[in-house]
Amino acid sequence: MYELQYSKPSSVNDAVAEVKNSSDAKFLAGGMTMIPTLKARLSSADLLVDLKGSNLSNISVSSSEVVVGSMTRHCDVASSNDIKGSLPALAKLAGGIGDHMVRSCGTIGGSLANNDPAACYPSAVLALDATVVTNERSILAADFFEGMFETALNEDEIITEIKFPIPEKASYIKFPNPASRYAMVGVFMVKKTDEISVAVTGAGENGVFRCKEIEDVLNSNFSLDALDNIQISDDNLTSDIHASAAYRANLIKEMAKKGLKDLI
Amino acid sequence: MEISLKINGKDVKAEVKPNTLLSTFIRENLQLTGTHIGCDTSQCGACAVHLNGDAVKSCAILVAQANGAEITTIEGIANGDELHPMQQAFHENHGLQCGYCTPGMVMSSIKLVENNPNISEEEIRKGLEGNICRCTGYHNIVKSVKQAATVMGG
Repeated sequence: MYELQYSKPSSVNDAVAEVKNSSDAKFLAGGMTMIPTLKARLSSADLLVDLKGSNLSNISVSSSEVVVGSMTRHCDVASSNDIKGSLPALAKLAGGIGDHMVRSCGTIGGSLANNDPAACYPSAVLALDATVVTNERSILAADFFEGMFETALNEDEIITEIKFPIPEKASYIKFPNPASRYAMVGVFMVKKTDEISVAVTGAGENGVFRCKEIEDVLNSNFSLDALDNIQISDDNLTSDIHASAAYRANLIKEMAKKGLKDLI
Repeated sequence: MEISLKINGKDVKAEVKPNTLLSTFIRENLQLTGTHIGCDTSQCGACAVHLNGDAVKSCAILVAQANGAEITTIEGIANGDELHPMQQAFHENHGLQCGYCTPGMVMSSIKLVENNPNISEEEIRKGLEGNICRCTGYHNIVKSVKQAATVMGG
């Protein structure tokens, strides 16, 4: 790792000020991607501004929404009885990220700001039409993700919380890469009062995306066998050493069929 | 920068470079070499320690992040000459082959059992997915964890 400085300010405003005043500072959340990336010298920073002191790890649940502070760890989302009660698919998703040691450090805000194309959380945020709240503004999920590792966030902008509307039902099914537990394909499906929405992670060349092919079928025929004969196009899907685009296309269909059982 | 933390019950103060990893600090500054570096890419779990009550991978954390924390390493879990039930179970069931992954397996497993005292074999296998044994000696490791769980109060 290159030399760097470290600070842990006690408020969001101080953290933003420190990043603004530095030429190449980065925010540090749980560090589960950031630290290994710095170690490998794939990234560098003259200053790491740790957000752990900024009091951003609250969970609150009302009848209409689940609000998760950006520094909430995966293990805390997975074990929250409030979230398990009102949005169990989100708790299940968090409980399947990495392994238990990663989950006791990694955070939802870090995951979203990084926008890894195989991360789990982006699919939940996109399918649930969540709102990403920052120190500057509120960003709708549809406007937040801008491609692989790219988001609408400015360099000195901090996610403070994520607001998830509570739907009728939701499901998350992941086909994990057996080594990393990242999603080879992850499908987050939501039954809202008036429509079905489906977001896919792990498969898209440009990161997480809404799967119109599945949504259109289910919005006209919401039944268990509705997806049996569907063909998912492999256009714009990822091919790598783990799986071809065609294989991923088939996984999307198979994961969606499993997820559909939880929605009906 | 100056850091102060508690390791295995002892207060430690030190001057460190801010880019020092917790695993480096434990092994090189404190000479507690029971914590192993296996992959150094945060995948193998050999470097697992307990930080404020959670099992974490010490090679993926800066010691600066652990400033003020309470840390337990493999050297800190026995009670004098009496092994921790997890160590005793690994000993009795030969839950190791070369032994390189063992400190991480033990530290990770203690937290798995503490968080789920009636842990099943399936839950142990899934729970240990962040700890890799290159000898593939998983059967006896799982047996060890299962036995320790009964002793630890499951």
